[in-house]
Amino acid sequence: MSEIPGDLKFLKSHEWARAEDDGLIRVGISDHAQGQLGDLVYVELPEIGSSVQAGNGVAVVESVKAASDIYAPVSGEIVEVNELLNDKPETINEDAFGDGWIFVIRPSDRAELDELLDANEYEELIENDDH
Amino acid sequence: MTQKTVLNETHRALGARMVDFGGWDMPINYGSQIEEHHAVRRDAGMFDVSHMTVVDLHGARTREFLRHLLANNIDKLKVVGKALYSCMLDERGGVIDDLIVYFLGEEFFRLVVNAGTRAKDLAWITQQAVAFDVQVKERPEFAMIAVQGPNARARVLELLHEVDRPRIEKLGKFAAAAAQGPHGMPLFVARTGYTGEDGFEIIVPEEHAVALWQALAAAGVAPAGLGARDTLRLEAGMNLYGQDMDESVTPWEANLGWTVSLDEGRVFIGRAALEQQKAAGVPRVMVGLVLDGKGVLRHGQKVLGASGEGEVLSGSFAPTLDKAVAFARIPAGEAGDLRVDIRGREVPVRLVKYPFVRDGKACDGI
Repeated sequence: MSEIPGDLKFLKSHEWARAEDDGLIRVGISDHAQGQLGDLVYVELPEIGSSVQAGNGVAVVESVKAASDIYAPVSGEIVEVNELLNDKPETINEDAFGDGWIFVIRPSDRAELDELLDANEYEELIENDDH
Repeated sequence: MTQKTVLNETHRALGARMVDFGGWDMPINYGSQIEEHHAVRRDAGMFDVSHMTVVDLHGARTREFLRHLLANNIDKLKVVGKALYSCMLDERGGVIDDLIVYFLGEEFFRLVVNAGTRAKDLAWITQQAVAFDVQVKERPEFAMIAVQGPNARARVLELLHEVDRPRIEKLGKFAAAAAQGPHGMPLFVARTGYTGEDGFEIIVPEEHAVALWQALAAAGVAPAGLGARDTLRLEAGMNLYGQDMDESVTPWEANLGWTVSLDEGRVFIGRAALEQQKAAGVPRVMVGLVLDGKGVLRHGQKVLGASGEGEVLSGSFAPTLDKAVAFARIPAGEAGDLRVDIRGREVPVRLVKYPFVRDGKACDGI
């Protein structure tokens, strides 16, 4: 299991959010989540320009085993999606915190970020998950 | 209380992801389910299937008993060592379980039944056996390892005692024989499987199972989990009990008509109901589906067509085909263009004849 980057915030449902320098929020799923799901075979990406609500499902990742909704960590507008995942969904398995990002949100209320778990809290959550 | 096979520690030491499977703590994969799937299609892989239940039947009237118990005809087994796949039905023609029966002697047959149905199977078999004075004996002291793939037989043969090798090499499909494995361990080697590839299923006394697993690993056989086993059998067009059929379904409705033997004069449990259904018209059929677009077909999704509404039974991404396939049960009649409801979206699918994959390759029309 790879290290959890300290600059990430998390939802309990295993999405990560990274606040970038330009004020946008990049979103993906954690390394722990990809491990639980197993080999990913399909990612349903949101539409660019669509508006999303924090806590609502906006994308779907499917592994051989199961389909899993991906929730928006913050509200706002989808401004970019990771097209690479259309052909190579396994990128999430290989690099969940990096090249396996799923979409980018322009947040309408950055304060929502403060409600997310920090890396330490998330680490604690998944440790309890494993027992 | 979760049960563990004798190979549990071995799986954990290999870093397997363990899941509960019908009350058993089993490996779903050892890293990548897709790589394990390909290892079986292209080379050789092995599965711990020790959770399956071995039941030995002894008694002078065992053959007569099996004529009564099974929908397939036990009299197809004429040579010692031969095996037969059959359904075991209730009086309504519903499938209690599917199983393999081995002919080991005129007064000795062996059944291998599913793990998830163990208790009800044993109860049913024991109850039915009374009238035939057949002794029903579960054999929990056996482990079972399935070695499957184009190179599986060669890898196993290397490990056998040299006096056994030529005989086991010549073993026909759906036949079994005893042989000596590494360090003289006694093996029951059957040329059967659940992947659509050639290979063996090996029954081994528990105390030798770890040594056999390790010898196979050293011979280059890749450990594969239940995840890969599921996608392999789906591609190969093989039913999974509980998902593709159960007591609410007859063999006619589960594409298992080929295993039902309506031979003259044989009265087996469920026969009357099957004949009645056949005469009245079988209301539902099981079909194969291919999704050429993006997405994954999954158990429980709704299937829509001209003959009415059905549902996806086993459905998954098929690694050999790089797209999703499924079994579905739909109302009989002209199906027309079929669609599957995937999370509220109706996606067109193709109705196909399956198996989807045979001997490592996509079948025609898939």
